[in-house]
Amino acid sequence: MAGGVVIVLMALVAVLADFLAPFSYTKTNFGALNEFPSRDHLLGTDALGRDLLSRMIYGARISMVVGLGAQVIVVLIGVPFGALSGYIGGRVDIALTRFIDVMYAFPRLLFVILVMSALGAGLLNIFIAIGLTGWVGIARQTRAQVLSLKEKEFVEGARALGAGYVRVLRRHVMPNALTPIVVAVTFGIPEAIFTEAALSFIGVGINPPTPSWGQMVGEGQQYLRSYWHLCVFPSIAIAVTMLSFTFFGDGVRDALDPKMQ
Amino acid sequence: MFEYAVHRLLWLIPTLLAMALVTFLVMHATPGSPLDPIAEGANPLSPDAQKNLAAQYGLDKPLHQQFGIFLAKAVRGDFGQSFIYKTRTVSEILRATFPISLLLGSIALAIAVTGGLVLGILAAVYQNRGWDYVSVTVATVGVAVPNFVLAVFFIILFSFVIPLFPTGGWDSPRNWVLPAVTLALGPMGIIARFTRASMLEVIRADYTRTARAKGLAEIPVIFKHAFKNALIPIVTLLGPLCAAVGTGSFFVESIFRVPGMGRFFVESMTGRDYPMIMAVILTYGVFLAIMNLLVDLTYGVLDPRIRY
Repeated sequence: MAGGVVIVLMALVAVLADFLAPFSYTKTNFGALNEFPSRDHLLGTDALGRDLLSRMIYGARISMVVGLGAQVIVVLIGVPFGALSGYIGGRVDIALTRFIDVMYAFPRLLFVILVMSALGAGLLNIFIAIGLTGWVGIARQTRAQVLSLKEKEFVEGARALGAGYVRVLRRHVMPNALTPIVVAVTFGIPEAIFTEAALSFIGVGINPPTPSWGQMVGEGQQYLRSYWHLCVFPSIAIAVTMLSFTFFGDGVRDALDPKMQ
Repeated sequence: MFEYAVHRLLWLIPTLLAMALVTFLVMHATPGSPLDPIAEGANPLSPDAQKNLAAQYGLDKPLHQQFGIFLAKAVRGDFGQSFIYKTRTVSEILRATFPISLLLGSIALAIAVTGGLVLGILAAVYQNRGWDYVSVTVATVGVAVPNFVLAVFFIILFSFVIPLFPTGGWDSPRNWVLPAVTLALGPMGIIARFTRASMLEVIRADYTRTARAKGLAEIPVIFKHAFKNALIPIVTLLGPLCAAVGTGSFFVESIFRVPGMGRFFVESMTGRDYPMIMAVILTYGVFLAIMNLLVDLTYGVLDPRIRY
């Protein structure tokens, strides 16, 4: 529950960033470099004199967009892939599962970094990179669900009434396979947020000057001893966000799947 | 079981081939080439010099030939020269750095497994009481918070506020503590969560009740009867956890300045160091595949019901 509240707050901050942020995230002030938190700059300023609080508020936007947007791509690729593989079965299934297995064997973050360095930094490319690598888990899960559902009587009934592949899958199988997919998506959101932060941390994520929490931690970490605030506040933001989404995911799972404890 | 192991090992070959091919294609689809100057905005090399360099590294051949040559050499453990560290071969760099990453990873995994099991057992035995909350909190923080964020907090807490450990380096075991713990916390959380769930299930099983009913003390009930059976599902976790530790070590290594393999990976990516990228990805791939195989075989040993 608390997780949900924090997420709603975060989403509000992300949407209202233009009204909430006291400064522009690109506005530099060379008279006030690396300032510690004060009344003018509540969380201090960074190495270019930019207001840290404003940058963090805009950073929330990036995190939320990546978290949600990447999941859309993941679902769009993973669910049809898994559903078709499970439903058609036979050779198609064998071929698709082999492919899934190979993708699964890839160290995921390595692959994301590889794709990112191929595509170059940028928000759209982050979506693509996470989408290309993240669908495997959901595809597996969907396939398993469809495999067990397609033998059920009601699916057979639908087929007996003459419903085609697409209709059976869409109207009869998928609605019943939805629960684990929803759970997987809620856990996928923090994972995507983490991936973006991690990519930006090593410098292949979001393009500067767009602020991203991960990038702020990465840059601030070099001055940790002298200017702790540069690194600590974005770190806290990432930690709180990730924790909220995890709690939220736990809650969703418990609510949707009473068997899991 | 022997047959099964051989079968799995054989499957490793196409998997690795596919992995090498995907990496190779993505790498060469990348804009920019290793012949570009390393410094940003520097003048490009003269076309002649570029041609010579390309010929030396075999970059002038068509892609399928390049891939073939790579494979033929890689099988013999020869990954060629690094493009960035021009005087060293990739194998040399890997030989120097992989053991360090392996040591860091092993320490972290050892901490994760011990800590995770202890926390999980405590949580299950004292379900919904003090210990349970402590362990669930630690587990959730470990799972949810990225390790580079944890690293920041640890450095501030244990290097600045309480100067117990150095902020980085790899010279003495004292340097090992912070990176290993940072790396361990995530996997530890996962293990703790699974142990708790699995223990709770087993504690309610009939054979545990029987053990209690025949008058056994609590300790042997927990460790001899419950824990052994609860362990089985946890073993499957170890494969993915090795992967998590492996990739996690990039961030941890670069923050704590550990001279391991992880640091070279990011560097090779941005520097288009083709031989290095291939070598690092394949090393991880082989390592993970072997760990997964070992885990699956252990599973069979622990649970005699499983037949291959």
